[in-house]
Amino acid sequence: MLSRTADHLYWMARYIERAENMARVLEVTYSMSLVPNAAQSEAALWLPALEISGNIDDYESEYDTVNAADVIHYLAMDADNPSSIYNALRNARENARAVRVAMTSETWENINALWLEFDQFNGQDLAKNGLREFCDWVKARSHLFRGVCFGTMLRDDAFSFVRLGTFIERADNTARLLDVKYHLLLPEQEEVGGAVDYYEWSAVLRSVSAFQAYQKIFSDTIVPWRVAELLVLRRDMPRSLHACLDEISAILEQLSGSRHTECRRLSGELHAKLRYGKMQDIFQRGLHEFLSDFIDSNNILGAEIQRAFLSINAS
Amino acid sequence: MGIFNIQQRLLLMQKSQKMFFDEMQSVVANADEKRVRDIYTAYQHWLKDIPHHQLESKRQEAELLFRRVGITFNVYGEEDGAERLIPFDVIPRLISAKEWSTLSAGAIQRVRALNMFLHDIYHSQEIIQAGIIPSSILANSQYRPEMFGVDVPNQIYAHIAGIDLVRTSESQFYVLEDNLRTPSGVSYMLEDRKMMMRLFPELFRRYSIAPVDHYPQVLLKNLRAVAQTSIQEPTVVLLSPGAYNSAYFEHAFLAQQMGIELVEGPDLFVRNNAVYMRTTQGPQRVDVIYRRIDDDYIDPLVFNPNSILGVPGLLSVYRNGGVTLANAVGTGVADDKATYIYVPEMIKFYLGEAPLLENVPTYELSKEDDLQYTLAHLHELVVKEVQGSGGYGMLVGPAATKKEIEEFRLRIVSKPANYIAQPTLALSTCPTLVEAGIAPRHVDLRPFVLSGKTVTLVPGALCRVALKEGSLVVNSSQGGGTKDTWVLEETKVLEETNVSSIEESQPAAIKVAQKAEAVC
Repeated sequence: MLSRTADHLYWMARYIERAENMARVLEVTYSMSLVPNAAQSEAALWLPALEISGNIDDYESEYDTVNAADVIHYLAMDADNPSSIYNALRNARENARAVRVAMTSETWENINALWLEFDQFNGQDLAKNGLREFCDWVKARSHLFRGVCFGTMLRDDAFSFVRLGTFIERADNTARLLDVKYHLLLPEQEEVGGAVDYYEWSAVLRSVSAFQAYQKIFSDTIVPWRVAELLVLRRDMPRSLHACLDEISAILEQLSGSRHTECRRLSGELHAKLRYGKMQDIFQRGLHEFLSDFIDSNNILGAEIQRAFLSINAS
Repeated sequence: MGIFNIQQRLLLMQKSQKMFFDEMQSVVANADEKRVRDIYTAYQHWLKDIPHHQLESKRQEAELLFRRVGITFNVYGEEDGAERLIPFDVIPRLISAKEWSTLSAGAIQRVRALNMFLHDIYHSQEIIQAGIIPSSILANSQYRPEMFGVDVPNQIYAHIAGIDLVRTSESQFYVLEDNLRTPSGVSYMLEDRKMMMRLFPELFRRYSIAPVDHYPQVLLKNLRAVAQTSIQEPTVVLLSPGAYNSAYFEHAFLAQQMGIELVEGPDLFVRNNAVYMRTTQGPQRVDVIYRRIDDDYIDPLVFNPNSILGVPGLLSVYRNGGVTLANAVGTGVADDKATYIYVPEMIKFYLGEAPLLENVPTYELSKEDDLQYTLAHLHELVVKEVQGSGGYGMLVGPAATKKEIEEFRLRIVSKPANYIAQPTLALSTCPTLVEAGIAPRHVDLRPFVLSGKTVTLVPGALCRVALKEGSLVVNSSQGGGTKDTWVLEETKVLEETNVSSIEESQPAAIKVAQKAEAVC
């Protein structure tokens, strides 16, 4: 298929996934703010949401203080914030529009409908009301997007690039979420694995739809290191790093065929770390270091995928 | 000055002139009474019982669906994201199979002659030697000397041609213009039909409406057939200027319907006298390019050097036979308004036949007599610029102010050869759904003629309608809308009581389709 087409499909899927993850971050932060005994200040509560999006400097140049209303607006609706949900969905739709031929008409209509539906939230003050509905809507549309791709697309390269975009973006987001939350939630004097606020850790789990899975697997109180294990090493947890790399490395194997591509090697290496890694070792070295390394490697992997398949100059 | 004044004057014109021919109700000679034309009898019967609000809700449903599917066009000069719908009218234009067979035969004849003309003008130029067309045509900016002596497969230049037809009376159709460069609008013919079938399935059960959906298949078959290389499975692509082009929806739609890649200039490159596209698995050879980019932008090395839409080196590969372009480079010389005048002569010259479709009587302002007549009658003529298109560079005399007429007069006098003039045509009207109810609005008709091993057209057309009361300008850039066009087998119109199943009406419809295609 055309490199440009593959590029648009890949980024369409990344942007949809990005919007979903941002909605999850907003939702979990919002629900934490409703916990009555939350000791933290409003700023301390909302800062992590900005950190996950990686745009604190940009935010500070636009707003004076970190408060719920501004952060929500910035992350959800701000047209000047390149990683706002608004822009993610808009970019997803623009990418889709550029290659509507390469997808099934159901897929295209689904994304177009998403963009038309977005209008209902335009100008709405989500901080005052409707944030939950908004986040639910974003997640539901993202589920629908994956469903319509899965249910209607021919299993050819186009489908592979859509899936690739989804999992590269998801791996990045899960790693960021865990890194920031782990860092912030763990009091300095607290040992890894010690007792922390149940509500906050359960909120982290809920943000990646992993609360029920945790209960089912561990049937125990929620402890941070197990949360980390679930989101890093468990391959049966669909938003974990391991699950993402399962998909990515399989797709790159298939796309590369007989070609030796750096992205295939790199994904194999990352995959092996997650597949054969032990949680104890990761903690010994430091979870934060591990996650930062992962985020970097995942970025390089993205760039290599771009170089091998998507760049218009690859001829 | 303002639109309002123009509209008022056009209304006056309408009232002062003879009545316009209406597709549904014709006026009986010397009487005020109106008679529903046979082809419309059953439809009119159905239509008169439908309450306005019901039609209006169908219209709204259509609008919603079009928006959801993204059948939109971009407007040049408006900010990013401004996507508009072309208004769709839920009342179809009906054409009888008999009328259609005349029109399609005429359109096919015309396109055959135009293709022969293009081959001739880029080779031995016999028509000039015969003194039928003046040699000044070689100085037309649409004549591409680069194409001289170049042989194109099957001598087909205009693989896709849109012939604009207007009607002024029961029996009188005129060809308004030929579109041989990158004619657009066929996606609306196809989508309007799909929409009508969705909104009014019962009507499709009741009438034998000739199907049009096979258009992309015919086009694909033709495009594959003109591949220069002798390979079995030629790769055909559609070259589009991209998502911000006003016709992007159509490009995407056609590529999808034909199952071919939709490419943009930067996706293609030239190497060793061949064109390749950049794919995820490396370069892939391209054999046929259905291009929707004008000549001027197709190759920056030869034409407009600033174009980023085209492919550097494409023309050289094309001239050497390494790739086929559809339509060919240089077709513009045949559809220019300066050439239009000679099409009836071309038909006689190349085919030895009498033209089946008439041209609009046209004054050539390069001729002194025609110029003097035109200057004296500017208020009642339409003056068009040659080498212009799209309803921008023209004067509609009856609708213009004194000042506009005088300004245009100066432009004409300074370069008379740049203009032609035609009488203001009384375009037929067709019942159309407007705010106040159903009212007559002016329409034209653009069937699409496809040239491959044979010259064919599917039994249908883009019908454009001027939605403003009294307006004669149907272009979408000037607020025009579209209608579905039904080619009906009159004798097979079933009475309501006889309708039992869709199977009954289907064979008749297919027969019409085959008949229309067999005309060539």
